[in-house]
Amino acid sequence: MTAKPSAPVKKDWMVTPVGAGPVTRCVVLGIVAVLTLFILVAPLAVILTSAFAQGVGVFLRNLGDPGTLHAMWLTTITALIAVPVNILFGLAAAWTVTKFEFPGRTLLIALIELPYSISPIVAGVAYLFVYGSQGLFGPLLEQLGIKVMFALPGIVLASMFVTAPFVARELIPLMQVQGTDEEEAAVTLGASGFATFLRVTLPNIRWAVLYGAILCNARVLGEFGAVSVVSGNVRGQTTTLPLQIELLYQDYNVAGAFAAATTLTAVALVTILLKLLLERLSGDERPLT
Amino acid sequence: MRRSVIPGFGLSLGITLLYLGAIVLLPLAALILKASDIGAAQLWAILSSPRTLAAIRLTLTMALVATLFNALYGTLLAWVLARYTFPGKRLLDALIDVPFALPTAVAGLALTALFSKSGWFGAPLDALGLQIVYTPLGIAIAMAFTSIPFVVRTVQPVIEDLGSDVEEASRSLGANDLQILSKIILPSIFPALLAGASLAFARSLGEFGAVIFIAGNQPMKTEIVALLAFIRLEEYDYPAAAAIASAMLVMAFVMLIITNAVQAWQLRYLGKSGT
Repeated sequence: MTAKPSAPVKKDWMVTPVGAGPVTRCVVLGIVAVLTLFILVAPLAVILTSAFAQGVGVFLRNLGDPGTLHAMWLTTITALIAVPVNILFGLAAAWTVTKFEFPGRTLLIALIELPYSISPIVAGVAYLFVYGSQGLFGPLLEQLGIKVMFALPGIVLASMFVTAPFVARELIPLMQVQGTDEEEAAVTLGASGFATFLRVTLPNIRWAVLYGAILCNARVLGEFGAVSVVSGNVRGQTTTLPLQIELLYQDYNVAGAFAAATTLTAVALVTILLKLLLERLSGDERPLT
Repeated sequence: MRRSVIPGFGLSLGITLLYLGAIVLLPLAALILKASDIGAAQLWAILSSPRTLAAIRLTLTMALVATLFNALYGTLLAWVLARYTFPGKRLLDALIDVPFALPTAVAGLALTALFSKSGWFGAPLDALGLQIVYTPLGIAIAMAFTSIPFVVRTVQPVIEDLGSDVEEASRSLGANDLQILSKIILPSIFPALLAGASLAFARSLGEFGAVIFIAGNQPMKTEIVALLAFIRLEEYDYPAAAAIASAMLVMAFVMLIITNAVQAWQLRYLGKSGT
């Protein structure tokens, strides 16, 4: 996630760098090619072949299954709420920790990155102890007749937890490198804070914002562990697309599971393609992390 | 605090703290509160029960196996990407991101299909008498798949930036490839490799989606900690779920501290060697 392809290290004074001999090169490349074919390519290939094994007609019928369609809709709604909120949070968080110096700044950066190191299952269980019937606010919410757990709000909240750092962690390193000079100049010349952000900061970070949002979106669409805890897995009601894949699989409807999986695989491939595109576009800013 | 002419500190800090507080810290606090309600004696009873211990042991062992594999394969991938030019290099670089972009449930489904008795890999392995699906080895494979990018993306930039002056100097002094590799290159990338490996290990400990498809989920045999927490919830055994989830949280914090220490060491190391 941190590197981008760069020109090969080939210094003209180095006649024979280590591993550059034709035999070593062939052996190393061969091993990597075979392992990659087995480990990274085969799973993608098996998804596509299994989904279309019984023909396009069956594939389309599987996709049109009411449960799967509902799961797609629920997953889309979740992303439509969680991603914009996380973009706002990412912008605010990055603005706070890169444009100002204050005590506790390092701690705040660590807190922003915290969800990244916590298992989604733990996040899901933790949410249950806030909004579930045994949780802190559970009894109060029940009295008010508000359903958070085993419903859309719980799914959205859990998705927000696991993806909270995604936009911020793209922006923070970039905005740290860019510093505060341009914003200070704009403010000194009389621009308002909002105008400064819109006209000075945003153009410098737009591709990184977009990249963070795309990663965030991919993760929200694919989140399984946290959502499986908080959604309660009510058939046809609170199953998101990844949960629907598991339900179909457990029903021995493997073709249906693979058909549902192709949509998420397509999203993953588009995500990777957009990453490559954004790396090119952001070439004059700075490589995306 | 140094005064800044840039406005918006209060607003952006407010939004950040409010969001972090409501979305991240509140649930974690509730979990810890719940676990502390249980009492030390019962907490210990839950965590030291044979089934929990078996799950913890299995999760740690298989995460270690997956991480060791990724340390080897990931370093090779990083090496090839940083040092060689070959057709399809950009494609290979893009493929590294597949485990991050592909939802874990989809990865789990695909790996299970590949390694099942009638699958592309499972059928020949079955002929050899080796079963992967519903065994601990399947768990390790699922964990390895989802955490490969951590190693590659941490090691790759370090190999790219490797100072070639030392390599040239040792070459002119008559060192052979193997000596340069073991005495110069491997020690230089070791801190980064350790940092990437600890990230991969941490991720493997918490992996759920990919593992539960392939593991078979038999108690005492192929049940990971994350699944046990999930099962206890479904049984409405909330104290046990809280205890196991808290234990996972503590493991995550320990890994976080180790990873940060390793990364700090890596930065110091890079600074000293002047690369």
